[in-house]
Amino acid sequence: MLYREAGQFRTTYAEDQQIFPIRQDRIAITALLLVAFIAVPFLASEYWLKAILIPFLIFSLAALGLNILTGYAGQLSLGTAGFMAVGAFAAYNFELRVEWMPILVSWALGGLAAALVGILFGLPSLRIKGFYLAVATLAAQFFIVWALTKFPWFSNNSSSGVITTGKTEIFGYSFDSPREKYLLVLAIVVLMALAAKNMVRSETGRAWMAVRDMDVAAEVVGIRMMHTKLLAFAVSSFYCGVAGALYAYAYIGTVEPEGFNLDLSFRILFMIIIGGVGSILGAFLGAAFIILFPILLNAYADPLAHALGIDLPPGMTSNLELMIFGALIIFFLAVEPHGLARLWQIAKEKLRLWPFPH
Amino acid sequence: MQFFLEVLIGGLLSGVMYSLVALGFVLIFKASGVFNFAQGALVFLAALTTVGLMERGAPGWIAGLIAVILLAIALMAVLKKKGAAGGGPDWRLAAILGGIAVGAILIIGKPLPFWVAVAVTLVFMVGVGVATERIVLRPLVNQPPISLFMATIGLSFFLEGLAQAMWGANVRGLDIGIPDEPIQWIVDRWDVQISSFDLAGAGIAAVLVGSLALFFNKTRIGRALRAVADDHQAALAVGIPLKQIWAIVWAAAGFVALVAGLLWGARNGVQFALTFVALKALPVLILGGFESIAGAIVGGLIIGASEKLAEVYIGPMVGGGIESWFAYVVALLFLLVRPEGLFGEKHIDRV
Repeated sequence: MLYREAGQFRTTYAEDQQIFPIRQDRIAITALLLVAFIAVPFLASEYWLKAILIPFLIFSLAALGLNILTGYAGQLSLGTAGFMAVGAFAAYNFELRVEWMPILVSWALGGLAAALVGILFGLPSLRIKGFYLAVATLAAQFFIVWALTKFPWFSNNSSSGVITTGKTEIFGYSFDSPREKYLLVLAIVVLMALAAKNMVRSETGRAWMAVRDMDVAAEVVGIRMMHTKLLAFAVSSFYCGVAGALYAYAYIGTVEPEGFNLDLSFRILFMIIIGGVGSILGAFLGAAFIILFPILLNAYADPLAHALGIDLPPGMTSNLELMIFGALIIFFLAVEPHGLARLWQIAKEKLRLWPFPH
Repeated sequence: MQFFLEVLIGGLLSGVMYSLVALGFVLIFKASGVFNFAQGALVFLAALTTVGLMERGAPGWIAGLIAVILLAIALMAVLKKKGAAGGGPDWRLAAILGGIAVGAILIIGKPLPFWVAVAVTLVFMVGVGVATERIVLRPLVNQPPISLFMATIGLSFFLEGLAQAMWGANVRGLDIGIPDEPIQWIVDRWDVQISSFDLAGAGIAAVLVGSLALFFNKTRIGRALRAVADDHQAALAVGIPLKQIWAIVWAAAGFVALVAGLLWGARNGVQFALTFVALKALPVLILGGFESIAGAIVGGLIIGASEKLAEVYIGPMVGGGIESWFAYVVALLFLLVRPEGLFGEKHIDRV
């Protein structure tokens, strides 16, 4: 009844091609943005901002990057954390070594550096595909972490490669409190998500999807394979790189290369599987799930076990977390391969007909 | 020269250990087309289970749970009604499951001697393999291979959590009775140091590969396995029970994981890092080709040798520690020349 597009006539091509063609969607997204920009900073506690919302946004961005590569272009990557590391360390070095560099520019350059590395490690994708490529991206993961640890230049000669990021200052205004950092990260993530949403429905995005669905056929109809695949690697790595820079500057503050290990790559892969492979919304849903779930488990596993009369040995919750994550991944792949985003879509379709199903 | 030989032989022998893990991957990939990322977790689970059983026997809740599940399945097998396709009570299956269940109850809390622990672990790993086929893979039939691959990543998380939930996360030693010292006889004769442990590991791997080759070529089930690997549908059409075959393959992979787990566990200690051994086996796989047992062996030897040589001769130039990625780079460069690996099958795409 509420969510019905009857009576919304589109009379120009521009209207037909807009990003949210249904009026209710536009209202909903505006409301969501208003809540995120105005209500949340006032209502959320410091802990929520610092421990949940900021990492949620940053991981959403990384998941978005991986989703462009894996979900849209069909190239499975296990090196996401490596590209994030490149972004973080490149941004750090640009800021450190170039005096006048504005922080936003150094973040963007961090993303660009990650994009370059992404192109480099994406080159094998022109020859190999599928599992072989997935294994090849592991090379990126291990090599990057090794190089950042081994060459002290990257971390300004600190011991064991730990870097501590400087202040986040834009036009003389310093972003110190979690609230300010949250707003900054939110603005960047919203802009980049919008760009991604537009990109995947443009010619580029369609080319990616054609390559994903069948690369030989795509090549036959005239899609430039090299250009398309490498562009996917570059854009994806750029997103991951910016996410890495934000991870270092806005979230952790002090990072070491080992922080960007394979485990983090898997975590981000899980985000897109649970959220929905090949969906912008899915990246956000998956990130929210993966961030919130361990927190909930830690908070409620022990009391629940006590209520049932079992004493959990120490360390058990982390094992339980591993087991439940693993089981959930399998569950989602078997039951809903398109993830939470698909559930949302089904809900929307149901809502369209509600309450009169005909 | 002598030093070079020593490094080379050491590398080759450790390469054999990589092959052992890679073998588990190849077995499953050949028969079901699933790239099983969880092989490392299986290795870890097997090693930890053996050590745990030797240390303090089966934990009550796990053994109890397993016994209850098995008895329930046994009961269902007995009570099965006569259906259209044969059916009727399956006494044999019920007896096997019941026996295992009773055995699981009997070993609660009793430290077991090494060989008994290995036998119990073998039964357990076979069970895990069969259960994986049943619970993870069967619902995912007809999904794209990448989905199956990601499911096995999930499986590896689950198994790692399970292993540590059952036995705790401490690092443990495992003594399988083979000393890790240079063999004096070889030192005297050629002045080259070769660890007897490495040599024994290579011997065990050779026996394993030999018996697998025999199994694949001479037995009825082995032939069925190869038929399934060639073409699922044709195999089904001539009456090969696909699901049984997959269960057998997963059980075999569990067995290979047990052997690899014992050897690696004895070498490096039984710890979480064992799961990373599987990551080392991946470049071996891309080098050798996913479908070839011979490829797994040759790939393992190449990776093992080149990795050790690189660590010794190139490592100092860039600050060492290149073992973590060198194998991948070798494999990558190789792939650029031959995308299907050394012994892999060349695929021709149809549009």
